[in-house]
Amino acid sequence: MALAFALVLVLVVVGSVLFHVLSPWWMTPIASNWGYIDGTINLTFWITGAGYVVIILFMAYCVFRFRHQEGRRAAYQPENNKLEWSLGIGTTVAVLALLGPGLFVWYQYIAVPKEASEFEVVGQQWNWSFRLPGKDGRLGTTDPRYISSDNPLGLNPNDPDGQDDLVINGGDLHLALGKPVKVLLRSIDVVHDFYVPEFRAKMDAMPGLVTYFWFTPTRTGTFEVLCAAFCGVGHDAMRGNVVVEKESDYQAWLQKQHTFAELSAHAKKVNLTQESAPVSKTDAALGE
Amino acid sequence: MVDIGVAEVIPPAEVEDVELYHPKSWVTKYVFCQDAKVIAIQYSITAISIGLAALVMSWFIRLQLAFPGTFSFITPSNYYQFVTMHGMIMVIYLLTALFLGGFGNYLIPLMVGARDMVFPYVNMLSYWVYLLAVLVLVASFFAPGGPTGAGWTLYPPQAILEGTPGRPWGIILMLASLILFIIGFTMGGLNYVVTVLQGRTRGMTMMRLPLTVWGIFTATILALLAFPALFVASVMMLFDRVLGTSFFMPAIVQAGEHLKYAGGSPILFQHLFWFFGHPEVYIVALPAFGIVSDLISTHARKNIFGYRMMVWALVAIAVLSFIVWGHHMYISGMNPPFGFFFATSTLIIAVPTAIKVYNWVLTLWRGDIHLTVPMLFALGFIVTFVNGGITGLFLGNVIVDVPLSATMFVVAHFHMVMGIAPILVVFGGIYHWYPKITGRMLNERLGQFHFWITFLGAYLIYFPMHYLGFIGVPRRYYELGETAFVPPSAASLNVFITTAALIVGAAQIVFFFNLIWSLSKGKLAGGNPWKATTLEWQTPQTPPGHGNWGKELPVVYRWAYDYSVPGAAQDFLPQNQPPAIQAR
Repeated sequence: MALAFALVLVLVVVGSVLFHVLSPWWMTPIASNWGYIDGTINLTFWITGAGYVVIILFMAYCVFRFRHQEGRRAAYQPENNKLEWSLGIGTTVAVLALLGPGLFVWYQYIAVPKEASEFEVVGQQWNWSFRLPGKDGRLGTTDPRYISSDNPLGLNPNDPDGQDDLVINGGDLHLALGKPVKVLLRSIDVVHDFYVPEFRAKMDAMPGLVTYFWFTPTRTGTFEVLCAAFCGVGHDAMRGNVVVEKESDYQAWLQKQHTFAELSAHAKKVNLTQESAPVSKTDAALGE
Repeated sequence: MVDIGVAEVIPPAEVEDVELYHPKSWVTKYVFCQDAKVIAIQYSITAISIGLAALVMSWFIRLQLAFPGTFSFITPSNYYQFVTMHGMIMVIYLLTALFLGGFGNYLIPLMVGARDMVFPYVNMLSYWVYLLAVLVLVASFFAPGGPTGAGWTLYPPQAILEGTPGRPWGIILMLASLILFIIGFTMGGLNYVVTVLQGRTRGMTMMRLPLTVWGIFTATILALLAFPALFVASVMMLFDRVLGTSFFMPAIVQAGEHLKYAGGSPILFQHLFWFFGHPEVYIVALPAFGIVSDLISTHARKNIFGYRMMVWALVAIAVLSFIVWGHHMYISGMNPPFGFFFATSTLIIAVPTAIKVYNWVLTLWRGDIHLTVPMLFALGFIVTFVNGGITGLFLGNVIVDVPLSATMFVVAHFHMVMGIAPILVVFGGIYHWYPKITGRMLNERLGQFHFWITFLGAYLIYFPMHYLGFIGVPRRYYELGETAFVPPSAASLNVFITTAALIVGAAQIVFFFNLIWSLSKGKLAGGNPWKATTLEWQTPQTPPGHGNWGKELPVVYRWAYDYSVPGAAQDFLPQNQPPAIQAR
């Protein structure tokens, strides 16, 4: 029994390591600058993995070596300060070896480079919308009060900064390869989370707040956007796409997008042609 | 006249032993009973029954993940309801209630040498309020709209809005049930703490307490300090839902409709929830730490290695557990520099935790290891706990958490560390103490079978699940559908995990059969079948009668771990054995 148990423990350890090495399942190829994150994961894996292997193998050895046999009597040793302290200090060193690099990378993660251009992601049940700052490089202010079917992201119609903002409602988001971006996140209903596994970085969109993170796309391609914060029954269907492309392609795509001013004018025209359509209460309240 | 027999109400100068309320009828003996041992059984049976419901729900979750769209009764709404209720029941209504209300009630008075809890009547109320909380929760399954499907974390705004299952009644009953649970727990919890502090018999100093008592004691203090945060959050959210207040609700436009909320903060709820939620992990873990220490020591016939360090490690973990809650919120949008603080405090907890692991393993070193069924479960606990603990070092280290948070890696981590590991200790504890509770041994063959299926099966469920998380598979997804970055082989991994889960779940029938069969057919246990030192094994009767000790309370002369003392005739010296006999 003791031998069988010890062997099973060894099998658990060996099996786990082999599974890690041989199984096809590991992180998706990265498409952003956050290679450091992958590096920290690997570092954590090997440091903690070594601890796991040593502890379980030692345990397997003890179970077999000190199994009950006729006449065996356990040693009587309540404490061993030297051993306990040295193990404690050794663990502290290992923990610092994890924490040091971790905090270093976190420092970079929250320090957005000055040259990063901003864009906005807006989550709502259950789709993603995007907003780019337009020619002036500034995003206009927003408020949930302004939200209507003609102004789904709630841009302030009186803010000049917002007039040239590009509103992408229902389409793919395009990003230029190699250009750092600061992602501003907003939600107009419940908590969502803008999650592209290949970018490694992610962040919640918290209603009532504007949150942010940054990254630099490093690989062209189309990447799927998922929601990583449970947001109701449609959570798993809340998808979108990010297309990372060369600067020239990106500029061409930008040309095709519509500004907030254009969209508002278009909406007004539609409203005028349907004169019989009653003005909604919210629109009246906003004085539009 | 003012004088109405004052003399009769003046207490005597010397207060004698507190008179226990001895039951006079069947009802006061088995139903409205004030004996902590009966209350313990009531707590345990209720907790395990509702836990079984949660186990069945986990099967439905797994069936959906492995065979999406195959089972018509698992709609998206039902799926999220199963996910939510499974988590909530397992964490609070099963594990918390079982460790504190079950093990705590049975073991604290016996292990400290008391006749009962200090406040037996309040202790009885504690159970009945807990039962009410469970019934309210169960009622939500039959209410219009069903139970809430908000996820066990109940994050607003979605928890109380349309689009989340259980919006009409489920969420209201959920919050009401939590409020009741906390009221009930507080009554029991005060009892456990005060009994440990005030009810110890002569000679039982704090540093002679078995680690089981230390674990339950520190966990109860944690719970008494942490549950109020959940209480407040539940009351406020109930107001938001029922009265339309905006504690957690900012201005919201849902499906084109402007809701009448403004100015509230959903992130505040997360802070309150995790201020409770992280200590909650240790409310479950610390009793398991304590119990497993005693199981290992007893069945390795060796004193627990580094007892004082074990006690201080428990206390250190308990204190630290109050300043790490933010690691559940790294990507919530809270002030980013908080990440430095919470990552540091979180990783510091790894040190006292690792010390505990080393001391368990070092207790085996040069021991005389009996691979009894309780010992098997204790050793299984070490494997799963170390495995789940080290993945905590991934998620605690803020930057590593960023890609892994909200993926199946998190699900695998917390199931391994606070699902499987503590449950293995629960099983070990039941196999260990069942002889004291019933007077009969559980069947060993069935116990071994139960152990191997449960331990290996659980490892096969959760170890590979981490790798779904590495790929990036998000948690709380009804269906993954066609997702480019997920290889098709992940689907076969899901089928494998589900198969293992079905087998492990079904194997628990063997355990329940054993529990019932051994009640009448098990080998007679005698008073101290494991030759253990702690007081609960030294009672004059087995099972112990009401009042535990007969006429005289035991007197304690030594710590709880005098196993294999050099020169002693036997390989154990009970705590109440006077030193004179040891000298001979």
